[in-house]
Amino acid sequence: MNAVHSLWLSSLPALAEFFLLAAGCTILVIDAFLDKGREAITCRLSQLALVVTLALVVALFPDARITAFDGSFVSDVMGGLLKIFILLIVIVGLFYLQAYLDERGQARGEYFVLVLFGSLGMLVMVSAGSFLTLYLGLELLSLSLYALVALNRESPLACEAAMKYFVLGALASGILLYGISMIYGSTGRIDFAGVSSAIGDASSLSLITLLGLVFVVVGIAFKFGAVPFHMWVPDVYEGAPAPITMLIATAPKIAAFGMLIRALGEGLEFLFIDWMQMLTFLAIASLAIGNVVAIAQTNMKRMLAYSAIAHVGFIFIGLLTGTPGGKAASMFYVISYALMALGAFGMVIWLGRKDGVGEADRIDDLKGIIERNPWFALMMLFLMLSMAGVPPFVGFWAKLAVLSEAVDVGMTWLAVTAVIFSVIGLFYYLRVVGLMFFHAPERSAPIVAPNTVRLVLSINALAIVAFGFYPDLLMDICVRAFPGLMAGQ
Amino acid sequence: MIQVTLWAVLAPLIGAVIAGIGGRAIGRVGAHRVTIVLVAISTILSIIAWYRIVVAGHPPIDHTLYLWGVVGDLEIPIGFLIDELSVTMMVIVTSVSLMVHIYTIGYMKDDPGYQRFFSYISLFTFAMLTLVMSNNFIQLFFGWEAVGVVSYLLIGFWFDRESAIRANLKAFLVNRVGDFGFLLGIACLLAFTGSLRYDEVFAMAPALQGQTISLPLTGGAEWSVLTVACLCLFIGAMGKSAQFPLHVWLPDSMEGPTPISALIHAATMVTAGIFMVARMSPLFELSETALSTMLIIGAITALFMGLLGLVQHDIKRVVAYSTLSQLGYMTTGLGASAYAASIFHLGTHAFFKALLFLGAGSVIIAMHHEQDMRRMGGLKRYMPITWITALIGTLALIGTPGFAGFFSKESLIEAVHHSQLPGSTFAWVCILAGVFVTALYSFRMYFLVFHGKERMDEHTRSHLRESPAVVTIPLIFLAIASLLAGGLFAESILYGTFFGQSMMVMPEHDVLGEMAPAWGGAGAMMLHSFVTAPFWLAVLGVVVAWYLWLHRPDLPARIAARFSSLHNLLIHKYHFDDLYENILTALGRRIGSGLWRVGDMRLIDGLLVNGSAFSVGRLAKVIRKIQSGFLYHYAFAMIIGLVLLVSFFVIVRL
Amino acid sequence: MIPLSHFLILGAILFCLSVAGIFLNRKNVIILLMSIELMLLSVNLNFVAFSRFLDDMTGQIFVFFILTVAAAEAAIGLAILIVLFRSRRTINVADIDQARG
Repeated sequence: MNAVHSLWLSSLPALAEFFLLAAGCTILVIDAFLDKGREAITCRLSQLALVVTLALVVALFPDARITAFDGSFVSDVMGGLLKIFILLIVIVGLFYLQAYLDERGQARGEYFVLVLFGSLGMLVMVSAGSFLTLYLGLELLSLSLYALVALNRESPLACEAAMKYFVLGALASGILLYGISMIYGSTGRIDFAGVSSAIGDASSLSLITLLGLVFVVVGIAFKFGAVPFHMWVPDVYEGAPAPITMLIATAPKIAAFGMLIRALGEGLEFLFIDWMQMLTFLAIASLAIGNVVAIAQTNMKRMLAYSAIAHVGFIFIGLLTGTPGGKAASMFYVISYALMALGAFGMVIWLGRKDGVGEADRIDDLKGIIERNPWFALMMLFLMLSMAGVPPFVGFWAKLAVLSEAVDVGMTWLAVTAVIFSVIGLFYYLRVVGLMFFHAPERSAPIVAPNTVRLVLSINALAIVAFGFYPDLLMDICVRAFPGLMAGQ
Repeated sequence: MIQVTLWAVLAPLIGAVIAGIGGRAIGRVGAHRVTIVLVAISTILSIIAWYRIVVAGHPPIDHTLYLWGVVGDLEIPIGFLIDELSVTMMVIVTSVSLMVHIYTIGYMKDDPGYQRFFSYISLFTFAMLTLVMSNNFIQLFFGWEAVGVVSYLLIGFWFDRESAIRANLKAFLVNRVGDFGFLLGIACLLAFTGSLRYDEVFAMAPALQGQTISLPLTGGAEWSVLTVACLCLFIGAMGKSAQFPLHVWLPDSMEGPTPISALIHAATMVTAGIFMVARMSPLFELSETALSTMLIIGAITALFMGLLGLVQHDIKRVVAYSTLSQLGYMTTGLGASAYAASIFHLGTHAFFKALLFLGAGSVIIAMHHEQDMRRMGGLKRYMPITWITALIGTLALIGTPGFAGFFSKESLIEAVHHSQLPGSTFAWVCILAGVFVTALYSFRMYFLVFHGKERMDEHTRSHLRESPAVVTIPLIFLAIASLLAGGLFAESILYGTFFGQSMMVMPEHDVLGEMAPAWGGAGAMMLHSFVTAPFWLAVLGVVVAWYLWLHRPDLPARIAARFSSLHNLLIHKYHFDDLYENILTALGRRIGSGLWRVGDMRLIDGLLVNGSAFSVGRLAKVIRKIQSGFLYHYAFAMIIGLVLLVSFFVIVRL
Repeated sequence: MIPLSHFLILGAILFCLSVAGIFLNRKNVIILLMSIELMLLSVNLNFVAFSRFLDDMTGQIFVFFILTVAAAEAAIGLAILIVLFRSRRTINVADIDQARG
């Protein structure tokens, strides 16, 4: 009795995850019994499940760090906040997904259930307290995403994207696992706290640990899509159906951020000097390749893919400062980026054609949007300017926060490099704006989109503006996640 | 109270957004209804704010809405400073804007860009209100640039006209020069005070007095920080308020629709520079160099730009040069530390100049968009309301005793007379001569348009009729304001507590204070004026104008022929446009071609200017080839990355 | 007793073989799936070896998880392979290059 009771108590921090798992399984069964054409029920149930999960996360929001399952599961302020944003984004994303599938007659319950399991994977990643939990969360997310990309069986491009994503993803997790095995071998532990103290106690740094670190960094960089582990990003973004791309581009970035903080920041914190240099290398490469190659793109989804790669450079810059302020700035960046990407892909979905022949994802499809629908042209303007980092939108504050942290730790050269590449990046965002406002539209048909899409998209874009005027709303949250800051560090 | 002012600012913005984005949905009528109602709300709220602060004597409010951002130690606030000065400006801006909104219904009736136009002018009202109500430099700069942008958009409103595009480019470029100075001024103040808030900067200003900086290119001479900052700020004001020699854009801006000329290029935006200097009076008071500079620049603008009005044939351009000249008066007044008089003149000028512009617009409508005064004449008969309101405007402009312009201009001239600063005598002579010139060109325009022979063709004559009510009602309102705004407020503005503590004057510069004992009421001032020089100069101007253009219309041409070199100088606007276009631009071109000859064309032009964009584009095309689409290449890239990281970070450490 | 280093070297060789299999193979996608399996097995070998020599059970438990995930991964991989074949009529690695740039 007592043992059962204590097991229950000790697993309480993971209640939200348990609920999501149970809900996912239940909805999978319910969906099997639903008639064809009633997938909307599955979608709403999934959203309900996510909302309840969100409520549980909020209700169980920890004041301080607590662990469960012998330290394999961590619940703390940062994890809680990241989970809230992940769940919010997925809930919004499901609106788009359902509208998109409905329009094309492709609605199937599996989509929603897979999204639920993917979300569970992200939550687990963010709360990982050991390499094992981290790996399981990562695989749960990745496997769901592979399947989601491939679900549209009619599209050769989607199948190809899924295959590439799968093979490269499996390669990356193989590399990550290899690294974990090295670290396990040299420290004898797989929980982050144990690994950290073992490395801290060791008199000298063992070669195996260092090798393991490199492999782990590669695994994480792949999840972020940092150069040179970015090759899957453009192809998958282009091939996957737009709402799936949206899900891949937004919430998993936040989860990857959590994963990086857990594995590198908590588990391998004593190797900071080493992984900081690696991240510097990855950051510069990502900024350069992402911003430059985006210019040559003609497909909106591919352009956003390269833009995502460039943004990863900024996220890394905040992290490699190693200060709590830098981490908070990165978190600010990753969340605001997720919001912007959500809106930008929402725009691609909104533009989507009903006739079923692919999507309106060429950049030229945005031509003359101002004439077809001025309101959404304005929203897109906000999104693009925010991504480019133009004040007063949230993207500007994100860049500013990250760069000022970098300057504070004396990495002015890195900040200057980042600014130069963002100036190059300005070009392709402004080109989109130019096409929207100063070109004649190629088709004059008014754009018909479901009301949910219109509403969610408007709220999304206006949130970008609102956070631009009140960046502190978001910044204060991010600062709370890293308590070192409040101690005046 | 903060709510009142907040909504006064936001209402026009809401109107602009609705008319701009939903323009097609709500239609033409919907667009003007929405914007007019919202601007009317803004006007009423402004008047309420004005009543509370100025009449009821509530204390001024300096309220920061929120901190927009914090960069290091620097706080960027968004907030309002609601004091006597800003509420006065709010009332002027919103009421003129409201009149212009109503007038536009008639003027732009057939224009395809109707909704766009309403959206722009509402947006302008919003931007101008943010500018005048700001309590910090960053918001001031935002408003400053925002009004500039809208002005740019509106000058080029008819973007299919070549001349309009040229004019808005010119306005843009010239204003860039001014804005650069303005930004330098703000940066200078920020560097030495570490703050962007007015109250903090002003509080620290006296402490800055002794400090100097050495500027490059001046031979290491030490400059007073405040002088440098004030001169930079004043350069900004010169650009926005079109002071010599940055005046060239204003006459060209007349390519925009007439309501814009009235709202932006006469009543409000161009006075932003005047307002800004008055707002910064605690800084300018501490730098005599800056004050003297303003005296001289203002006086030159006042006299010489007025002269140009004498040779223009385009009715709008005459009014434009008149605006330049009157802005010169205001600047001179600022230089003499008579801030209250300058703002007073700004206010009266806003009304009578908007009246003159809208009157000119009314004439232009009647004449089927003919703007050349040589084809007008005798319109008095056809357009009685336009005629009488234009007459009132003209009389106010030349300073006829009793009219609004009289009180402000007369006091301004008297204040400059009292000033002891270097250059004040020159300035006084200039603006005194300016009075004669003002009367001359004003009545020249008045006689050419409304009296004399009817020089238009038969077709136009047969269609001449008074403009519709949406046009004449604003005219009548503005005419009433031009009649009354002077006498009513003269005493409290100039010598009383109208402006409270909102502007600072040092005791030794307090020219208005010196004049105060001689003040015996508005009536006495009018009586006294009959024995002063300005009155008789104005009368002389009117008489000469009557003789030359009504009594002996053949004479002007003969005078022009006689003094052809002088006439040419005026026709060519003192060759300033030529100077800028032929000397500065040509110099730039010469240097460019020189470098080209030396062989740098490929390096500078090819590689750095065009080349950077081009080469990045080409680079992008090359790099994207790496993304070959083949899975094994992708995997290979990952492995290469892994190997690189291992070799850099592991093997190197061995 | 066989020293630890021998196990590690064997693991490394298997890992390299599988990596090489992924980027050298230009024919059949199924070989990619096999390489991926091999890679996971090499990792498993590492874990088991370390576990044995550290006298710690954690590594072996990790292996069980990896095996389970590998099974799921293989299932998804094959499923994707099937849809790919149905839409493309080919599983030749060199033919899957529609998305590029």
